[in-house]
Amino acid sequence: MKILIVDDFSTMRRIIKNLLRDLGFTNTQEADDGSSALPLLKSSDFDFLVTDWNMPGMTGIDLLKAVRADEKLASLPVLMVTAEAKREQIIEAAQAGVNGYVVKPFTAQALKEKIEKIFQRVDA
Amino acid sequence: MSQADKTGVENSLVLHAKELLSQLETGNSIDAMQTIANLHQQRDQFLFDEVGKLTRSLHSAIQNFAIDADVGQQDASELSRMGDASDRLNYVIERTEQAANKTMDVVEEIMPLSSAIGDDANSLKEDWGRFMRKDMKPAEFRELTKKVDKFLTVTADKSGEIGGHLTTILLAQDFQDLTGQVIKRVIGLVQEVEDNLVELVKMAGTVDYLTGTQHDLPEKQEVDATAGEGPIINPEERDDVVSGQDDVDDLLSSLGF
Repeated sequence: MKILIVDDFSTMRRIIKNLLRDLGFTNTQEADDGSSALPLLKSSDFDFLVTDWNMPGMTGIDLLKAVRADEKLASLPVLMVTAEAKREQIIEAAQAGVNGYVVKPFTAQALKEKIEKIFQRVDA
Repeated sequence: MSQADKTGVENSLVLHAKELLSQLETGNSIDAMQTIANLHQQRDQFLFDEVGKLTRSLHSAIQNFAIDADVGQQDASELSRMGDASDRLNYVIERTEQAANKTMDVVEEIMPLSSAIGDDANSLKEDWGRFMRKDMKPAEFRELTKKVDKFLTVTADKSGEIGGHLTTILLAQDFQDLTGQVIKRVIGLVQEVEDNLVELVKMAGTVDYLTGTQHDLPEKQEVDATAGEGPIINPEERDDVVSGQDDVDDLLSSLGF
């Protein structure tokens, strides 16, 4: 299981990386916004994408749309972990094809539940 | 400008106007021209004075902020190098990032220590269980006593190490005090600038009043409802945001997720 973590704050990437490691996912890579994440996703074989929404350069929602528009990446599970909490944003993310949405500040338990739920669905 | 000032200006205008009228009626056009020039000059002088006052107060506000940086803390030397609010806020970002990283460094050191203690204890518990059930040979028991001895020593060492790490985490929280002071100062400056801007708006209103100018206010810009906004600081006062993960889950399940 290879996971890409995209967030413009290195501390948040580190927190997510540690939580994922606790859940048994040790193979992670990091990117600091959508425009650096997209080439990584295209050139490598990631199984899962965890992204923030609000980032300089390319935002998480644009990254999600780009992923869904890409033939090779279209079915990649995407979890949004973000401080963005407007209903319209959550609806937009859902319509763009997000697989899970976690609002910051979040708990380890919330992250774990969402990830497990996503993989249950993907495996089903 | 105060009401008294305004009345003063108006009275002076009326006075000059009357003077002008009588000068024109008596055919004294040279004095009349001089009166018109005086009127003009008076208005200009008044505007210059008001704008000058405002410029000075804005300037001193910004200067006070840059110079008055002595917070009497160990980081005072670091702070005094900061000339403006964005430097200060960048300092806040740096300090919080440092503190977060320091804390995570230490947590990553503690994790293997605590799980090693847990693993050793579990393995001992198993042996101890066999001993209690009298399911242990004398040779094994001698092994167990050595293991217990070693476990006690190692656990005491590791718990000392963990205690040290926890103190480091505790001390890393000092960023809250330092960044709190810096942020308070920035808030002070923002308020000062806001007050000054309000004064400027009032003054501009007086200028508009004197010159008879009217403005077309630009229409409010449409806000993109899905543009990033960052953390919502007042979720309880807004009805367009969710108040937590449960709300998100409810919303998504209502959409068929």
